[in-house]
Amino acid sequence: MSTPLDQLFKKVRAENRAALIAYIPAGFPSKEGCKKAIAALAAAGVDAIEIGFPYSDPVMDGPTIQEAADISLRAGTNASDVFTALKTASDCGVASVVMTYWNPIQKYGVDKFAQSIADNGGSGVITPDLTIEESAQWLVATDKHQINPIYVVAPSSSDERIGKVTSKTGGFVYAASIMGVTGARTSVSVDARDLVSRVRSKTSLPVAVGLGVSTREQAREVAGYADGVIVGSAFIKLLLNATSEQAGLDAISVLAKELVAGVREGR
Amino acid sequence: MSVDSQIFDGHFGEYGGRFVPEALIGALNELEAAHASAKVDPTFQAELAELHRTYTGRPSIITEVPRFAEHAGGARILLKREDLNHTGSHKINNVLGQALLTKRMGKKRIIAETGAGQHGVASATAAALMGLECVVYMGEEDTRRQSLNVARMKLLGAEVVPVTSGSRTLKDAINEAMRDWVTNVADTHYLLGTVAGPHPFPTMVRDFHKIIGEEARAQVLALTGKLPDAVLACVGGGSNAIGIFHAFIPDSGVRLIGFEAGGDGVETGRHAATITGGSPGVLHGTRSYVLQDENGQTIESHSISAGLDYPGVGPEHAYLHDVGRAEYRAITDSQAMEAFSLLCKTEGIIPAIETAHALAGAMIIGREVGPDATLLLNLSGRGDKDVQTAAQYFGIPL
Repeated sequence: MSTPLDQLFKKVRAENRAALIAYIPAGFPSKEGCKKAIAALAAAGVDAIEIGFPYSDPVMDGPTIQEAADISLRAGTNASDVFTALKTASDCGVASVVMTYWNPIQKYGVDKFAQSIADNGGSGVITPDLTIEESAQWLVATDKHQINPIYVVAPSSSDERIGKVTSKTGGFVYAASIMGVTGARTSVSVDARDLVSRVRSKTSLPVAVGLGVSTREQAREVAGYADGVIVGSAFIKLLLNATSEQAGLDAISVLAKELVAGVREGR
Repeated sequence: MSVDSQIFDGHFGEYGGRFVPEALIGALNELEAAHASAKVDPTFQAELAELHRTYTGRPSIITEVPRFAEHAGGARILLKREDLNHTGSHKINNVLGQALLTKRMGKKRIIAETGAGQHGVASATAAALMGLECVVYMGEEDTRRQSLNVARMKLLGAEVVPVTSGSRTLKDAINEAMRDWVTNVADTHYLLGTVAGPHPFPTMVRDFHKIIGEEARAQVLALTGKLPDAVLACVGGGSNAIGIFHAFIPDSGVRLIGFEAGGDGVETGRHAATITGGSPGVLHGTRSYVLQDENGQTIESHSISAGLDYPGVGPEHAYLHDVGRAEYRAITDSQAMEAFSLLCKTEGIIPAIETAHALAGAMIIGREVGPDATLLLNLSGRGDKDVQTAAQYFGIPL
């Protein structure tokens, strides 16, 4: 299997830099606004886009992403909007993945969900609450439709556990930088560097760090030791706080360019 | 023993399991190992039994209610009086067990979710007793509906955090407690209050409540010389029901019947009858029946009873339902309140509104099975906390 995501990590390794992955929930700040945000992020040089499937009970997300998910759900966002956003991203020429809690996948149909990801040019799915033990059906589906099953590891994960999780992972390993939920923080914890090196001792897969990265300086720091830098809440905050949708889109474009520069300064 | 190795896979048929952030796996394994070792540790069991004897007030008694039974087809009705436990409900059985486990794991802080406030009060009580820090997450909406219990928790030394996300009720309090746990898992135990959540919670919480059924089975045998024809309980998350059902599961002649909160009626969509009106899905770390829309988004539940107002249910109930060992029916708000009033006036017992759903169920089942039958009902909680709601419902000026 070689998805656009797999090819991206080959490319950035050859360029000796980290990839920048930007997160945006489907249907946020609005249906049209989401398309524009994706286009703005891609134009700014983001390497991959992670489309969030807004969910009613997002236990891994902090207040910023919760608020965005609420706005999106109130506007009626559903699975087809997620796939449309995914297609928008892949049409922009960047690698695209979906991040979703498990229940929407199960409700949609496990095989059908994986197929729709592939049909819309998506590379894979990040499943933050799907444990390896519950993954049998999902792994059959991701394999059949040739998409990457992306799993999260945490600072509390033992080496044994990291080995077990990464043996089933495809695309990249999502390293949660801190013990906690999503959200911008003033510093990226020292746990992140340690976690990445523990993951590297178990797998040759690329490792991307998420949770808490919001500035060029942080992106540069993380890019020094990780293959990918994931930024979500920082973009969403700009869109939430903007005086107009256009102002928000302009703001995320500016931040994306900063971060694009940051991931090229890390090594 | 490595805490990385799960001891038991934590499933009830296709239900149960673990759907949680990876950050919690270590803590769940640690908890599973602590529970497994405590289960076979005579010192732990003796300590818990002594607490139940001298603090909870166990064994709880059985009360026969013939005047109430006249309105239930004349069947013989026996109440298992969990309402007489310290803190006023069955919830204390679980919190004392988990608080002891918290100390066993060397953790100093417990967090809990609460809807009606009963589990929050019980958790705050156990924390006070054992010198643990306690933070209770409670939907902002519920802190208003149950302000008396908020005050009780504060008096007991707990911090109560009003949750303002989502529907601002129990479901969101659980989300917030899980976010706290993901962040503070190193020194914190999540004292989950029902038989839901990721493995090992459904099994562990059931183990701490199964004493209800074990006592009741012996008490009914001693009193009547035979097993009851049916065992009845209300079901929200399902902890009091599984507690009284469990000892009777091998007794195939004994019907097990759970009564869910039908709210305005299951057909109206405004209810909390998860098994009757929901479908299989994943919520709060476990696969079970869930109230959800066609996109897998959780639907808000509705019930006059804050303690049953939850869009999920324990996975063991989902399993018992699917294999046909237990039956589940919905009781509307008005049926529950009629039974509530009836027990007050015929027997001098004010039940919790949660429990009133099982009492309404007894009135229906009693008429179905006739006067020769014996029904055992878990009187899971007392109604002091519900006086304001009930007074409002019946138009009694306060």
